[in-house]
Amino acid sequence: MNGYSIFKKDWFSELRTRYAINALAMFILVTVSVILFSVGEEEISPYLTGGLFWVVIFFSAMSGLSRVFVSEEERGTVLLLHLLAKPSTIFTGKLLFNIVLVFLMNGVIVLLYTLFFNSFVILNTQLFFITIILGNFGIGISSTIIAAIISKAGAKGTLYPVLSFPVLLPLILVLLELTEYSIDGKTITESYVELLILLCYNVIMLTASYLLFDIIWKD
Amino acid sequence: MSNHKLILQDVTKFFGRRLIFQNINKEFFSGNIYGFAGNNGTGKSTLAKITAGLLSPNKGKAEHYKQQQPIDYNELYNLIGFVSPELILYDEFTAEENVLFALQIRGIKPDGKKIDFLFEKFNLFGRRKDTLKKYSSGMKQRVKFIIALIHNPTLLILDEPTSNLDNKGKEIVYKIIESEAKEKLIIIASNEKNDLLLCNNILQLENYKQ
Repeated sequence: MNGYSIFKKDWFSELRTRYAINALAMFILVTVSVILFSVGEEEISPYLTGGLFWVVIFFSAMSGLSRVFVSEEERGTVLLLHLLAKPSTIFTGKLLFNIVLVFLMNGVIVLLYTLFFNSFVILNTQLFFITIILGNFGIGISSTIIAAIISKAGAKGTLYPVLSFPVLLPLILVLLELTEYSIDGKTITESYVELLILLCYNVIMLTASYLLFDIIWKD
Repeated sequence: MSNHKLILQDVTKFFGRRLIFQNINKEFFSGNIYGFAGNNGTGKSTLAKITAGLLSPNKGKAEHYKQQQPIDYNELYNLIGFVSPELILYDEFTAEENVLFALQIRGIKPDGKKIDFLFEKFNLFGRRKDTLKKYSSGMKQRVKFIIALIHNPTLLILDEPTSNLDNKGKEIVYKIIESEAKEKLIIIASNEKNDLLLCNNILQLENYKQ
């Protein structure tokens, strides 16, 4: 419940300050527009469209998801949070906020892709949505813990993508594979191993994040 | 009486290679007002943060007890009220929202009467629905006091409690400190003579440099 209160505080704060939402919305619009302009009338393969889909998601996440801790650090409100709740509660609240943001962000990206990219044809939508849901959780969890780490550093802007790349790479590779399977119309049973890897990634990242956050937060 | 006891054991703090203080050993008991005094840079705010569990010492420890039982670090946040110039509130929220969020995050059900009572006590009742952007620094300091007191903590740590306050604000704060001291353990870190006059035991931090 206390974690939900932190999420609520962040959500209302976001609605008033637009720290992350504006950055995410602009990034999504700009990247999708650039891809559309550069493709032009060319026919691009569904695999390439699927690949570009995750590229947009990765860089959009890089542009907005670090705000969850960076804005607290920059405004100096971190001390107040330290006083109000234990580290695990803070992490739960921030994680909830980032996961909601990732779902919103990816919802918009899926919508834009469906509207503007004719080659983005998914034959197994069920598998695609499972992939998106598990992927959103993975991106949400990883970006939250990395945001917590970089919020203490000096060069936050540069450090975030640099640290995120190796952490998110295994996730993105599996997501690319599963998107390819969805485009090909493979069944969930055929994609079982990749889905299991995705699930394991999320569980490992979540456990490691909760264990690490205590140390990151305290000093 | 809340029976909050704090023990500082060999507390030593460095920032980089610079020694701030070393080997502070002291016990603090409820019903008293303790002072951390010293010139600028002697580590008053640092020691206040260490006692609140916000900063770790390089050596030694700060242990908290309630009814003779040690308090776990993860439970400490609900027993401490902390006021400091370094404490920054959310400017985009109203004063009342700041207080409500603080209570909800702590997991405490807001008590409307108590909130109104404290806003009235600090002469902010009429402005409680204004965002903090519109507040002066003195008014923000009063909101910090409301947040520090609203959950009825057993330990109050006040770092420069009267900074930014006008004479009326200082009067209100002194009265509150005196009344809260009957029940709670209060620590004041300050350079102000009048703040330190409230204390019945003062720790001079210059004595812990060597």
